[in-house]
Amino acid sequence: MTCSLDFSWLRWKWRTQDGFSQSPSETTPLLSPETDRQSHNTAEQRVVYPNNSMCHQDWKKVCRRYPGNSICTTKYTLLTFLPQNLFEQFHRWANLYFLFLVILNWMPSMEVFHREITIFPLATVLLIIMVKDGIEDFKRYCFDREMNSASIQIYERKEQRYMLKRWQDVRVGDFVQMQCNEIVPADILLLFSSDPSGVCHLETANLDGETNLKQRRVVKGFSQPEVQFQPEHFHSTIVCEKPNNHLSKFKGYMEHPDQTRTGFGSESLLLRGCTIRNTEVAAGIVIYAGHETKAMLNNSGPRYKRSKIERRINTDIFFCIGLLFLMCLIGAVGHSLWNGTFKEHPPFDVPDADGNFLSLALGGFYMFLTMIILLQVLIPISLYVSIELVKLGQVFLLHNDLDLYDEETDLSIQCRALNITEDLGQIQYIFSDKTGTLTENKMVFRRCTIVGSEYCHQENAKRLEMPKELDSDGEEWTQYQCLSFPPRWAQGSTTMRSQGGAQPLRRCHSARVPIQSHCRQRSVGRWETSQPPVAFSSSIEKDVTPDKNLLSKVRDAALWLETSDTRPAKPSHSTTASIADFFLALTICNSVMVSTTTEPRKRVTTPPANKALGTSLEKIQQLFQRLKLLSLSQSFSSTAPSDTDLGESLGPNLPTIDSDEKDDTSVCSGDCSTDGGYRSSTWEQGDILGSESGTSLEEGLEAPTLSQDEPELCYEAESPDEAALVHAARAYSFTLVSRTPEQVTVRLPQGICLTFDLLFTLGFDSVRKRMSVVVRHPLTDEIIVYTKGADSVIMDLLEDPACESNIDVEKKLKRIRARTQKHLDLYARDGLRTLCIAKKVVDEEDFQRWASFRREAEASLDNREELLMETAQHLENHLTLLGATGIEDRLQEGVPDTIAALREAGIQLWVLTGDKQETAVNIAYSCKLLDQTDTVYSINTENQETCESILNCTLEDIKRFHEPQQPARKLCGHRIPPKMPSVNSGAMAPEIGLVIDGKTLNAIFQGKLENKFLELTQYCRSVLCCRSTPLQKSMIVKLVRDKLSVMTLSIGDGANDVSMIQAADIGIGISGQEGMQAVMSSDFAIARFSHLKKLLLVHGHWCYSRLARMVVYYFYKNVCYVNLLFWYQFFCGFSGSTMIDYWQMIFFNLFFTSLPPIIFGVLDKDVSAETLLALPELYKSGQNSECYNLPTFWVSMADAFYQSLICFFIPYLTYRGSDIDVFTFGTPINTISLTTILLHQAMEMKTWTVLHGLVLLGSFLMYFVVSLIYNATCVTCNSPTNPYWVMERQLSDPTFYLICLLTPVVALLPRYFLLSLQGTYGKSLISKAQKIDKLPIDKRNLEIQNWRSKQRPAPASASASASAPATGTVHTRPPCHPVPPEAQQNFGASTSKSSGPPRQKHVEDRVLQDPRCSREHSRDDTCTVDTLAKLSSGECLLDPNRTVAPTAYSRGQKDVSRHSSKGSHRRSQSSLTI
Amino acid sequence: AMNYSAKDEVDGGPAGPPGGAAKTRRPDNTAFKQQRLPAWQPILTAGTVLPTFFIIGLIFIPIGIGIFVTSNNIREIEIDYTGTEPSSPCNKCLSPNVTSCACTINFTLKQSFEGNVFMYYGLSNFYQNHRRYVKSRDDSQLNGDPSALLNPSKECEPYRRNEDRPIAPCGAIANSMFNDTLELYLVANESDPKPIPIPLKKKGIAWWTDKNVKFRNPPGKESLEEKFKDTIKPVNWHKAVYELDPEDESNNGFINEDFIVWMRTAALPTFRKLYRLIERRDDLHPTLPAGQYFLNITYNYPVHSFDGRKRMILSTISWMGGKNPFLGIAYITIGSISFLLGVVLLVINHKYRNSSNTADITI
Repeated sequence: MTCSLDFSWLRWKWRTQDGFSQSPSETTPLLSPETDRQSHNTAEQRVVYPNNSMCHQDWKKVCRRYPGNSICTTKYTLLTFLPQNLFEQFHRWANLYFLFLVILNWMPSMEVFHREITIFPLATVLLIIMVKDGIEDFKRYCFDREMNSASIQIYERKEQRYMLKRWQDVRVGDFVQMQCNEIVPADILLLFSSDPSGVCHLETANLDGETNLKQRRVVKGFSQPEVQFQPEHFHSTIVCEKPNNHLSKFKGYMEHPDQTRTGFGSESLLLRGCTIRNTEVAAGIVIYAGHETKAMLNNSGPRYKRSKIERRINTDIFFCIGLLFLMCLIGAVGHSLWNGTFKEHPPFDVPDADGNFLSLALGGFYMFLTMIILLQVLIPISLYVSIELVKLGQVFLLHNDLDLYDEETDLSIQCRALNITEDLGQIQYIFSDKTGTLTENKMVFRRCTIVGSEYCHQENAKRLEMPKELDSDGEEWTQYQCLSFPPRWAQGSTTMRSQGGAQPLRRCHSARVPIQSHCRQRSVGRWETSQPPVAFSSSIEKDVTPDKNLLSKVRDAALWLETSDTRPAKPSHSTTASIADFFLALTICNSVMVSTTTEPRKRVTTPPANKALGTSLEKIQQLFQRLKLLSLSQSFSSTAPSDTDLGESLGPNLPTIDSDEKDDTSVCSGDCSTDGGYRSSTWEQGDILGSESGTSLEEGLEAPTLSQDEPELCYEAESPDEAALVHAARAYSFTLVSRTPEQVTVRLPQGICLTFDLLFTLGFDSVRKRMSVVVRHPLTDEIIVYTKGADSVIMDLLEDPACESNIDVEKKLKRIRARTQKHLDLYARDGLRTLCIAKKVVDEEDFQRWASFRREAEASLDNREELLMETAQHLENHLTLLGATGIEDRLQEGVPDTIAALREAGIQLWVLTGDKQETAVNIAYSCKLLDQTDTVYSINTENQETCESILNCTLEDIKRFHEPQQPARKLCGHRIPPKMPSVNSGAMAPEIGLVIDGKTLNAIFQGKLENKFLELTQYCRSVLCCRSTPLQKSMIVKLVRDKLSVMTLSIGDGANDVSMIQAADIGIGISGQEGMQAVMSSDFAIARFSHLKKLLLVHGHWCYSRLARMVVYYFYKNVCYVNLLFWYQFFCGFSGSTMIDYWQMIFFNLFFTSLPPIIFGVLDKDVSAETLLALPELYKSGQNSECYNLPTFWVSMADAFYQSLICFFIPYLTYRGSDIDVFTFGTPINTISLTTILLHQAMEMKTWTVLHGLVLLGSFLMYFVVSLIYNATCVTCNSPTNPYWVMERQLSDPTFYLICLLTPVVALLPRYFLLSLQGTYGKSLISKAQKIDKLPIDKRNLEIQNWRSKQRPAPASASASASAPATGTVHTRPPCHPVPPEAQQNFGASTSKSSGPPRQKHVEDRVLQDPRCSREHSRDDTCTVDTLAKLSSGECLLDPNRTVAPTAYSRGQKDVSRHSSKGSHRRSQSSLTI
Repeated sequence: AMNYSAKDEVDGGPAGPPGGAAKTRRPDNTAFKQQRLPAWQPILTAGTVLPTFFIIGLIFIPIGIGIFVTSNNIREIEIDYTGTEPSSPCNKCLSPNVTSCACTINFTLKQSFEGNVFMYYGLSNFYQNHRRYVKSRDDSQLNGDPSALLNPSKECEPYRRNEDRPIAPCGAIANSMFNDTLELYLVANESDPKPIPIPLKKKGIAWWTDKNVKFRNPPGKESLEEKFKDTIKPVNWHKAVYELDPEDESNNGFINEDFIVWMRTAALPTFRKLYRLIERRDDLHPTLPAGQYFLNITYNYPVHSFDGRKRMILSTISWMGGKNPFLGIAYITIGSISFLLGVVLLVINHKYRNSSNTADITI
């Protein structure tokens, strides 16, 4: 609690200091030079004057207002520590309560204990927390000091040169010069880079964990690398935003003395905390310093969440307060009554100091307060401290679990929220992201389509099928290669391979990095041990096996180039040109950086020597011109394959060959057959060409020979898709050799390097969903726009075929489009991520006009984003479709297994993804989220009424199936208990899956249909939300969490999951490849999805059961102990007297009985990890809060009452009427209650280790030792009453031992007996599992198998039926439910989203045949697969894994849908108008 | 710098030593960290707990019988001399006019008391454990601290000072000290009416540590009277603290054993306090032979204000102290119950074993 407090406080402090306004309101037109220099609104903008001789006066004036760069993250100073810390601690109401009691105790008439004594427990608790806070703060202080005193080169005005100074001396406006590998001390505007192109490379791992290098560019007009930057010559004023926490947003302009302005953005800002890489020297001017840097403003500390158990505790504490109140009331009334029995004041009724007696009522009131003090322990003060300690222990064990450690990334689980470990054991709903969470987020190029022809890359698919270990097992592969390749090939590839493996990348870390060396070192260790040095470049991603058909075509292009004189131009060459364009686009249209392995990430920025271009350059030029001609003039009609061709091409084994290209293929078929297996992507194209057409291409071959000794190229991509595409292009010998901001160099299959001038890069953003590059072709001098993006977007931007004058061209374009779309749909169905590639040729004039617009937009300060967007839209239109790619994102290891286990554990799993519906559904099938036998309802609509009626229909439909078994459910209305769907008995009723998309969600949220939706989802085994935005994701999580009041867990890896992660009770981030944003906002970070299984099933269960039982025990303990005092009140006239010495009472809670519960809470295991993993059902005990709920609380309360009665009254009856004195009477009571409480604990422990035993015994012995010492030494120390020699006296009395033997036995006998009965007859899963645990290993496995088969007969049969798909699973269809006309009309609509006109009829037929029946059991996409399968009976497009007979899929389907008038389904819609 | 520390947290744990470049964050594979400590997992079932119940039964019943027998062998007699009944000889002392009153109660011992006999006075309904009463004392003063003697603790209020002089011993406990005098006479035989006084030992009734450590007279060589000269006696007392036992210097002042015994406040409202010891004379004669006795009482202590009773108790003791029938009965009862439960569990276990032969889980 305190932690969260101070962080938020800290942020608040800094925000309030600078007003935190981010929107500059200056409304002057773009770059208008009229503005007065002095009119800068410093309240809304930041003005920075350079600190050089020229502007020193201005600088001095302004700089005073900006904070320096020294940082202070400590909360306290030496002086303020005590008051401030105390103040914060008393924010906790428990502390306040105890403070209140202390104050109460100081009032003489209510003084129960010594005044000083009551402070003791509170002081102890406060002190512990204070020490903890102090240590934390001191650590921060040391770190701050270290940071502040780090050295950096600052420009000194007087000396006119850079001087080495400390970080804290950096002021806003200073010029700072940084060397390679230095850390940026403040937010600095880059003005100089030693890089010739004015680029500075940054590593931002400190900020967001991303390890790929980022580029920052020198502000325009300052990029003159040959001239050393002179701070003295810098006279401009910098105007920019106020400090804010947007890491990627920054804009501002520079006002030069001549009143002109230069705009700049975040691409020129070096953020504090980043590391300069690959750039010798960079210099810049400080814009933000210290706490105003974006990195500092972005800091959010660990989060504080309140766990379910804590909420439970709080309610129980209210019960305790009620109990306390009752007991105090009894005391007060009793005291008054007792006092009333005396006619006169007896000698033992002592008047107050003045000799007055209190009236009965006042006496009663005072007694009430006195009793509160006396019985205060009923509210367990130590519970909070103990819980915190226990959670620390649990987190420690979590951190150290080997099973949650990922070798590959060298990461074990990270617990960022320390106080919700036990919530892991109570999860009922999991919301999961798909990409990167269920899947590896390792994008692998899988297949592509180019101008309508599909290349299915079967070898590539086979490669991906290979088990993962083989990927890295070089030796086996070498053998395999040796067998299947000609020796030369094998040699080539193995050498390349070993080269790559033997030289792991090392980053150079100069000794000059003064701070954080340990951090760096650690990450170095990480690189060396495991991960590939560059993101997205594991071998699985890099090595793409080319499709032999496509390869042959690529070669064909080269071949044809050579022999073009002898052969007539063939129509197929237009395809060839497109193929070349396609691969060029793959290679160029991205932001991938190239580096080599040899140097410390030395970036390849200069194109290799141009000697390669000698003679062949001309030929290439010819080629391109010819290709261009061809592509324009060739009519497509002759080449376009007919539908039957397409069917063939989808056939299982037929290669995809256009009919008139067959002879070309046959030329190289012999060769193709040999390369059926694996081929490393690192092969050099010289090898290929040499192997097949060495003679004809000799000239071309000479050029690339230098590549043999050239080091391996590494691609550093910002997104995995880009890397995958570049690697794919490379497999086809279109190699990206270097990239600079101005130029891209590509090596063509011919071995020639072409250098394109990079005119513009329109980066990817999530709104446009595409990126483009504008390049100037070096040979044809054309300006070409290459665009790649989501198919839905690109398809809309294509040139309209109807505008084409030539009817043939129009037809051709249409056909390409239709076929590509079909392929895209197939890809999506296969779970592939699709990207469309398109190009456009722009003429010079248009381009120049556009370019000037663009520059203006880039320089504008205000609505810059919109302007940029607009300019981008102006360029990205009328594109020519080149093709599309399908990238596979493989499922992570163990995902289906984990999902199955989680589901067995009674957890509902929802997948919320931004992906396409088809992709998502297919991933859902492949990860067993949906079963083949499931009924899948998909709802796609935008209209609220439709949505409502669909929901109603579906509900009715489902209810008809499920209602009869569960009549009781109606009582609950739509708030059905969450576990209901799993209860549904009868293997007859299939499980239900629901697929819903973002638009429908919108309709649901807007139409207040949440309750209906939730009711529907209650019946569903799994819910899949596609195309959902981050906001929707979090809304769903909140909806489920609040409306169903269930425990939710969100897991995701990307920035788009952050809101969802934060909305859930537990947020889990996957520390994957997409940076650290998800991790930063999560409560736990794990390395892979499969870790979730052990995290929840084992650790969650343990943490929950441990903590829950500890909490129950704590309540029991306190009530049991406090009640002893209460009973005594009946025998002391309700005077608030105690028979136990105060110190011993305090020690009792603080020392004698505190350690065992903590050890218990950290270490106890009710069931072993193996059994928990094998029987996920055991998790349900946590979900149902079996260990700690109201009944268990009251049972333990009752037990506490009983035990305290026994512990009090057995000594009472024994000593009644004897000469026993107060403390002598209390000592045996104290002893037996200690014994009872410890033995009770012992009975609660399910696992005894040496530690448990030692702690229990130690506590017991400590009691005696401490008591003996205390009783022996304290003669008058505890005046006026003291227990001198009482313990010693008791220990010599046989009666004491007799009582100590008898009482615990009597107190614990009922519990012991009942526990043994429970153990014998107990039907709870946990007790069964415990028994299984005791069995020897082989027997245990047998039992577990028995159990599983007994518990789940239904899934077993389901899997059996799945294996025999053609027969058993066709369910009898119930009569159809009444459908509102409107909805009915739409039913057929979305059944086919993809088929071209020929398919449509079929779909319609189908719908007509069975028009009213919508309840069927099938996959969502059956129709298309069905129809396609009939035509092609092919599996080429299907993953080989799923070569199930088509009938398996064609069990019909229900697809409630509505025309979506926008977005991705638009094209299909047009073909489906009825 | 916060971001770096945040990063540290993300990375998990403190940073490794700078030199250990090749260090991974792989957790140690130790039994403790992997939670694989060798453990004993007891499961409470009918079968496993059976022996416990029988063992408890077997141990407790003999113990209980032993205690019961021992307790029954203890001779004890209680004489109530409150005098509220009109027939009682002490009834006359109840009237408030009587300042000093003596009465005599006759009683008969049917069996002789062997060994050392303890003479107690018993009070009932006297809440010596009342919170404010218990605290109303100054242990430092009683421990002989000269400064506390003259300046008693505030806890003693309102019995702290009287007539501007500190009260010694201060406080309500001391003020309300029991001051009846009890004397025991044996009527030797019917013919000889001259009673034989039973020798009552005043010393040895308090705890040794109380007498020698906790309670001390103020230091100094002078006489007790001199030591206490600046103090005043408690309000209710008839004589000063240094006059409690004028005959014996070592039993006078704060270390007077009657006083010490009184100052050890009783835990329960009905209590007895050791008054005198009757020591065993020899093995041949019982300490208190059976016969007629009479008790001479100097009736000073008023109990009628709180409906109290006053008793005189004579008791012998055993190894386990005074008469205590409860403990023995409790042991026997619990032992029997435990045995019975054991039998029940045996049946349950037998049944369960039979039924679980068909079930799959057998332990």
